[in-house]
Amino acid sequence: MKFAIIRFGGSNCDMDVHHILKDVLNVPTDLVWYKDSIKGYDGVVIPGGFSYGDYLRAGSIAASTPIMKSVKELADDKKPVIGICNGFQILVESGLLPGALRTNIHPKFCCKWVNLRVENTDTAFTSKFREGEVVRIPIAHKEGNFFVDNNTLSDLNSRHKVAFRYVDSGGKTVPDANPNGSIENIAGITNDAGNVLGMMPHPERASESILGSDDGRKVFESMVEYALQG
Amino acid sequence: MKYRAEITTQLKEGMLDPEGDTIQRALMHLGYDVSGVHTAKKLLVELEADSTYDAAEMMDEMCQKLLANPVIHNYSIKIQ
Repeated sequence: MKFAIIRFGGSNCDMDVHHILKDVLNVPTDLVWYKDSIKGYDGVVIPGGFSYGDYLRAGSIAASTPIMKSVKELADDKKPVIGICNGFQILVESGLLPGALRTNIHPKFCCKWVNLRVENTDTAFTSKFREGEVVRIPIAHKEGNFFVDNNTLSDLNSRHKVAFRYVDSGGKTVPDANPNGSIENIAGITNDAGNVLGMMPHPERASESILGSDDGRKVFESMVEYALQG
Repeated sequence: MKYRAEITTQLKEGMLDPEGDTIQRALMHLGYDVSGVHTAKKLLVELEADSTYDAAEMMDEMCQKLLANPVIHNYSIKIQ
């Protein structure tokens, strides 16, 4: 089993994810430049950062690169694909996930710890959590204000495609717990099959207790377990 | 023929525009009583096409594929 972390010009969370997968979870993981191939890999991470300076719209330039076709093929082949922060923006811009990530409701960069509620444990990235579990994982973004039209929103809800919501410490989706104005406090969604996840919070920054929380490690542990079963 | 296309992308009506709202508040701090500010992005694209119609068709496709995000944006195309 081998994972790939795709690097675009401006990716900057690639080494953090690499450390967690390779050093903490002992999974063979390569950093793959976007012009190289991801064929044969068992899972893909699109890490956070500011690919291409967030020109045009965050994620839009990276979404138009040829490697995203290979990511789609891997996703169709039911391999696990996760986009974190800028990676989530790239996944919605490339159409692998629905919706858009708009400028935060308070239009500035927001970097802080948030509480998330796990909404669905039946995905490639959340099987190690308990449903309804509240976890602490930090966010760091300016364009994380998730939006979908009403039809897509009811589809996300009825087909359990919301993976995480921003909540208070008691697990309630109150407006104060919503750091960016996302519709219905949505912090992460999956595709129909549950093997593609996009999330704004950074699980790699909460994967070792020395970082203040190791809740995020379960995202990667779930990914590993899913890939082993695949 | 060489054409120059002016593309304007703007958030759809009713879509939250925090940057516009912030600029509106700043104008009001300066004493200007404005009832709304909306941000938009303008792109000038130079291209070769057989006719104005073809240029507009090509630009529309580019807007759909990359220049605008149809989930949140309206866009307009002017060909010169």
